[in-house]
Amino acid sequence: MSDAADVHTAHVPLATRRSTTGIPTARLAVWWVLASEIVIFGGLIGSYVMLRLHHPHWAEEAAHTNTIAGAFNTFVLLTSSLAAVLAHQAAEARDGRRAARFLGGTILGGLVFLVVKGFEWSHEIAHGFTIFRDVFWSYYYVACGLHGLHVIAGMIIMAIVAADARRGRNLHRVELIGIYWHFVDAVWIFLFPLFYIAK
Amino acid sequence: MSMPATAHEVTAVHALESVWSRYVFSTDHKVIGLQYLFTGMAMALLGGFMAYVFRMQLAFPDQVVPLYGLVTAREYNALVTNHGSIMIFWVAMPVLIAGFGNFLIPLMIGCDDMVFPRLNRLSYQIFFVSAVIILISLVVPGGGFGGAWTAYPPLSASAQYNHTPWGAPLWLLAVALEFVAFLLGGINFTVTVMNARAPGMTAMRIPIVVWMIVIASLVFMASVGPLVAGAVMLLLDQTVGTRFYDPTAGGDPLLWQHLFWFFGHPEVYVVLLPATGIVAEIITVFARKKLFAYKTILGTSIATGIISFFVWAHHQFVAGIDPRMAHLFTITTLLISIPIAEMLFAFIATLYGGSIELATPMLWALAFIAEFLIGGVTGIFLGANATDIYLHDTYFVVAHFHYTFFPIGIIATFAAVTYWFPKMFGRRMNETLGKLHFWGTIIPFNLIFIPLFLTGAAGQHRRIYSYENFPQLSTPWLNQLAVLATLALIVMFVFQAVFLVNFFWSMRRGEKVGANPWNANTLEWSAPSPPPHGNFAAMPTVYRGPYEYGVPDRELDYWPQHVAS
Repeated sequence: MSDAADVHTAHVPLATRRSTTGIPTARLAVWWVLASEIVIFGGLIGSYVMLRLHHPHWAEEAAHTNTIAGAFNTFVLLTSSLAAVLAHQAAEARDGRRAARFLGGTILGGLVFLVVKGFEWSHEIAHGFTIFRDVFWSYYYVACGLHGLHVIAGMIIMAIVAADARRGRNLHRVELIGIYWHFVDAVWIFLFPLFYIAK
Repeated sequence: MSMPATAHEVTAVHALESVWSRYVFSTDHKVIGLQYLFTGMAMALLGGFMAYVFRMQLAFPDQVVPLYGLVTAREYNALVTNHGSIMIFWVAMPVLIAGFGNFLIPLMIGCDDMVFPRLNRLSYQIFFVSAVIILISLVVPGGGFGGAWTAYPPLSASAQYNHTPWGAPLWLLAVALEFVAFLLGGINFTVTVMNARAPGMTAMRIPIVVWMIVIASLVFMASVGPLVAGAVMLLLDQTVGTRFYDPTAGGDPLLWQHLFWFFGHPEVYVVLLPATGIVAEIITVFARKKLFAYKTILGTSIATGIISFFVWAHHQFVAGIDPRMAHLFTITTLLISIPIAEMLFAFIATLYGGSIELATPMLWALAFIAEFLIGGVTGIFLGANATDIYLHDTYFVVAHFHYTFFPIGIIATFAAVTYWFPKMFGRRMNETLGKLHFWGTIIPFNLIFIPLFLTGAAGQHRRIYSYENFPQLSTPWLNQLAVLATLALIVMFVFQAVFLVNFFWSMRRGEKVGANPWNANTLEWSAPSPPPHGNFAAMPTVYRGPYEYGVPDRELDYWPQHVAS
C-alpha cells in the first residue's frame, strides 16, 4: 500500500449525511426494503391465489379458520399502527419519552396479535388442521408464519428504537419503524380476506 | 489542475488500525469490494475445478480423473449442480456487482463511502457465511446437492429422490443467504447513487457502469422476492414435509418453475448489465472517443431490465405450456434482443473512427462484444418455441449460455480487473503476461464450446453422466468433440495460472503508476492510487459528462469530469 493509506477520515462517512434527492437516506432505504418485501409476499400471495383458483375445495378447508379471531386481530393490528403514527407525531415534536410510550403501545398491539394467533394455531393443530393436511393449510401456516416473523422482527426493532427515543436519541428512527409497521399491517390486510373471509 | 471543492472533514487519524480492522472488518467500500473480488476468485477456481472433473468424466468415462479419482453418477450430478450455482451466485454476482459495484460506485460518483458502511460490511459477512455453507454442503453425509442449479421439484423436494438429505437443504440455505446479502447490498447501492452524489453529478453525468449496476440491483430486488417465497416453500417441503410442489397432494411442481425462472431469467441481465457497463467504460477510454449515444444506452438498459420480467416462460416450452402462451413468450423473448443489440451497436459506433489502443483491458472488452454476440444470436434458437422443443436441454443450450455467461462473468471481469488494477493497488499489471493470458483464455474457450453446439445439435442431452449407455450418442465423432472440449478446458485452466502470477506479482512488484495512467475522465481517476479510506482529499465537483474524449480545440484528448475548464 502506498503512503496515501495513512490519510484517514472520520468513521462516519460524509456520504451518510448527504441527500442529493432531498429525501433522508434512511427513509429512502426503508422504502427500498419494503419494495423488496412486497415482491416476497407478492410471490407467496400470487401463487396462493393462482392455486386456489384451481382448487375449489380449498374453500371448504378455509371454512375452518376462525374469522372472528382474524377480525379481532385485524382491529388490534390497525390500532397498533395508530399508536405508531402518534409516536411519529411525538418524535416530530422532539418529545422522545412520549414517542417511546406510544411505541410501547404498538409493541403491546403486536403482542396481543401474536397471542391470539397462538391460540388460533394451537386450536387448529389440535383439531388436525396441521401444515400437512392440505396445501391450503401449508399456505395458511407459511403465509401467516412469515407475516408473524415480520411482526416479531418489528417488535424487537421497535423496542430498540423506543429505548433510544426515551433518551432522546435517533428520533428519526421512530418514523422509519412506523413505515415498516404500516407495511406489516398492509400485508395482513391481504392475508385476512384470503385466508379468513373468502370461504 | 484546480480542484474547487467543499471542505472535507478529516477528523481523526487511525494510525493504530490493526490488520483485522483494516482488511477483515473494515467498513471501507474499497476493502469490501476487494473482499468480494478475492472470494469470487477463490470460488471461481473451485467452480472451474468442478468443470474439469465432470468434463474428464464425459471425455474419458469411468476412468480415474487426475487430482480427483473416480466420478460416480451421484457425484457427477453434484459437480454439475454446484458448478452452475457457484459460478453464478458465488463468482459472477459477487465479482461483477458486489465487487466492482462496491469499489467503483462511491469513487465514480465522488463520495467517500457507501451511505450505509456497516450494512455494507454486514452484507459481505452474510455472503461469506453463504459461501462457507455451500462448501460445507459438498462434504456432508450424502454429498452435495445434485438436482441441477434450477432445483426442479419433486426431485429437489424430497431426499427420497435426490439422496442428499443434508446437501439439498444446505444448498438452498446458502442460496437464500446469498440473496439476503445481495438485497442488502443492492439497497445500499441504490440509495448511495440516489443520495450521495458529488455536487454537479447530475443523472446524465453518471458513468454508465454505475447506472447499470443500479438498474441491475433494482431488477434483482424486484425478481428475487417470489423466489425467496418459493425457496421457503421448497425448504419446508425438504425438511418439514409440506407438499407445496407435490402433485399427489394438490401441490404443483410447475409453480416452482415459474417462481424460479421469474427470477432466473432476469438474473442473466442482473449480471449482464454491469458487465456491459464495464465494457462501455473501457472502450471509450481506449478508443479515445465519446461514448456513442449515452442516453440511448441508458434507455436500452432500462428497457432490458423491464423486458427481462416477461421472458421467463421460454424455459418452460417443453413443460406443457399452453401454445398460445408459448407464442407470447417467444415474442417477448426475441424482443429483448433489440435493446441489447442497440447497446452493442452503440459500442461499435463508439469504436468507429477511434484511435484504438489494444491494451489488455481493451482486448478483453472487444472480446466481450464478439463472444457475447455469438451467445445472443444462438439464444434466438432457444427463445423461439419451435426450435427450442428440439434443442431443449441439449448441449446446444449449454454452449449458448456459456457464450453469454463466460463473456459476462469471466471476460468482463478480466477487462475490469486489468483496467482498474492501477486504481486498486497503485501499480500496473504486466502487459505481456496479460496478452498471453488473454489469448490463452479466448482460444481455448471457443474450442470448448463450439464443439458443444455441434454435440447439442446432434441430440446429445445434457446432465447425463455417461453416454456409453446410449450408442447413438457415443459415436466416434461425438466422442472426439467431447475430448476436444475437455482438452481445451485443461489448456484454459493452465493459462489462468498466468493471470494469478501476473495479479499477485503486480500487486507487490508491478510498475508504479500515477493516479490516472489511462488518461481517463471519470472521477475515480482523480483520487490517489490506491485511494485512502475516504477516497478524495477534497470532495470533487463535477462539471461535465464522463466521456469527453477527443473534444475539438482542446490540447489534451481527455477532459476529466472534475476539472473546471
